[in-house]
Amino acid sequence: MKTFEFIRAADLKGAIEGAARAKTAQQGADVRFVAGGTTLIDLMKLNVETPAHVIDINRLPLDKVETTPDGGLRIGATVRNSDLAHHPIVKQDYAVLSEALLSGASTQLRNMATTAGNLLQRTRCMYFRETAMPCNKRKPGSGCPAIAGSNRMLAILGASEHCIATNPSDMCVAMAALEATIHVQGPKGSRAIPIAGFHLLPGDTPQRETVLEPGDLITHVTLPAPISGSRQVYLKLRDRASYEFALASAAVVIKIAGGNVINARIALGGVGTKPWRSPAAEAVLLSQPATPANFRKAAEAALRDAKAQSENGFKIELAKRCLAHALQMAAKG
Amino acid sequence: MGDNPEANPTDPNRRAFLRSLGSSAAAVAVAGCSTVTPSNADRQSGSRIEDTVSITLRINGKDRPLRVDPRTTLLDCIREVVALTGTKKGCDHGQCGACTVHVNGRRVNSCLSLALMHDGEEITTIEGLGAPEALHPMQAAFVACDAYQCGYCTSGQIMSAVALLKEPCDGSDAAVKELMSGNICRCGAYANIVCAIQKVRKSGSI
Ligand SMILES: Cc1cc2nc3c(=O)[nH]c(=O)nc-3n(C[C@H](O)[C@H](O)[C@H](O)COP(=O)(O)OP(=O)(O)OC[C@H]3O[C@@H](n4cnc5c(N)ncnc54)[C@H](O)[C@@H]3O)c2cc1C
Ligand code: SF4
Ligand code: FES
Ligand code: FES
Repeated sequence: MKTFEFIRAADLKGAIEGAARAKTAQQGADVRFVAGGTTLIDLMKLNVETPAHVIDINRLPLDKVETTPDGGLRIGATVRNSDLAHHPIVKQDYAVLSEALLSGASTQLRNMATTAGNLLQRTRCMYFRETAMPCNKRKPGSGCPAIAGSNRMLAILGASEHCIATNPSDMCVAMAALEATIHVQGPKGSRAIPIAGFHLLPGDTPQRETVLEPGDLITHVTLPAPISGSRQVYLKLRDRASYEFALASAAVVIKIAGGNVINARIALGGVGTKPWRSPAAEAVLLSQPATPANFRKAAEAALRDAKAQSENGFKIELAKRCLAHALQMAAKG
Repeated sequence: MGDNPEANPTDPNRRAFLRSLGSSAAAVAVAGCSTVTPSNADRQSGSRIEDTVSITLRINGKDRPLRVDPRTTLLDCIREVVALTGTKKGCDHGQCGACTVHVNGRRVNSCLSLALMHDGEEITTIEGLGAPEALHPMQAAFVACDAYQCGYCTSGQIMSAVALLKEPCDGSDAAVKELMSGNICRCGAYANIVCAIQKVRKSGSI
């Protein structure tokens, strides 16, 4: 690990000013916030992250979960994933989020991992994590060995010829289906970013993963008021039963009335280069009978643009079955 | 199995030797850079901290004033600086659970945390649970149920198991397995680990 200056932020302003000195908030950042440390310290040990300054934000007052006046929920940036998953309001009204969080990592890691850290976790692509290998995300222009190499776990949606890495987060998939908003304070003030516009597709700049700029501190995430009477499911399929990243996952929030789907929000995990909301699947379901045949049609629509790499073609059918099954689970209630 | 390693006369010597190696290596690192000694004021919130830094960890109920390089993980601090070697390093990347300790009563992977992040916090390691002559009920249950083979993962398993009994869990074997999934056992002692945990749960002793 490269040595660094450790700074404990006394307040939000100090944290933001400290981080605003960085040249980038993306890959190669020379200033990093540390929250749970489960992504950052892992990657610092591998010399994939080499910040010269590390700003500890754990003692900032960003650890509350509160209801908002419009009936939604405000989740602080440093709320631990385990606390959020077990929060009574989350379990009651945002079950898909609780299930997604509890399907991720292990209890020890969830006790450390935070809301903001989870939003910004990095891909598990093995070439990204190994500095002896080329990787366009880690070293722009060096190439993408995953395309002709080991890509079983990698993306089938949203990939480019420069990078095919999967976004590994479970939490973000549930947040995409719940239409979360990410609140950021930066050197130029605060702004609110809908989760759909927070993560970027790799395109020809895979080193840029989000819209964050130097000094941007995520302060909290808000969820809109729950859709009353909606049913929610997070289904995650993986190589072992627990403590493993998704091969495919589905977050489903649907409302059924008189046998018809009257509201549907769908997102997929483990298959996309970002948390993958599927308006196409939602459109297929809307105003149609909640039947297994229609669920399968929605799954076909969600994966219509999927493109297999050499080792991960199986994920296309796996993701379809995952979504169709999740919809069926939700319909049964 | 079951022997107290400290009873082996060669072992403390080996430990002492490794310990002295560790401290001389640290001394070289300190000498090799312009060491700044932060004043008390420097150590308060909002300070900038460079080179080796003074912190106090409360480990197993005892305050330990320490000087650490900022890169020191909580795991390396516990093992190399404080010389409590019951906590093990398996993967060093959050993937095995061997390094599990409690921070302020919650279980975490000490390999993915910096010691500096825990200044003033309460750390419990396996040495803080029980002693060879007075085992913690979970330690006793692991012995009674034969819940290990090589023993390398065991301190992490026990730290997780003790924390688990206070976490939301419906008490079924399936739930226990799910909540213990962050602790890998290469010897495959999983079935007996579940037995040990259920034995303690049913006895209500913790
Ligand atoms: C073995 C293992 C298994 C895992 N399995 C899963 C899994 O199955 N599913 C899953 O979803 N995840 C999994 N994870 C990933 C885990 O969920 C993330 O590492 C975790 O959520 C990151 O949160 P953190 O608080 O520890 O982040 P940190 O490591 O502290 O930070 C991550 C990044 O976010 C930045 N950051 C943190 N807070 C802020 C803020 N407030 N504002 C701006 N930037 C900020 C940091 O600078 C850093 O770049 C696993 C991790 C490990 C090690
Ligand atoms: S898929 Fe992306 S992260 Fe993986 S090697 Fe290619 S460029 Fe790097
Ligand atoms: S050594 Fe920390 S999880 Fe493996
Ligand atoms: S007892 Fe050997 S690894 Fe678990």
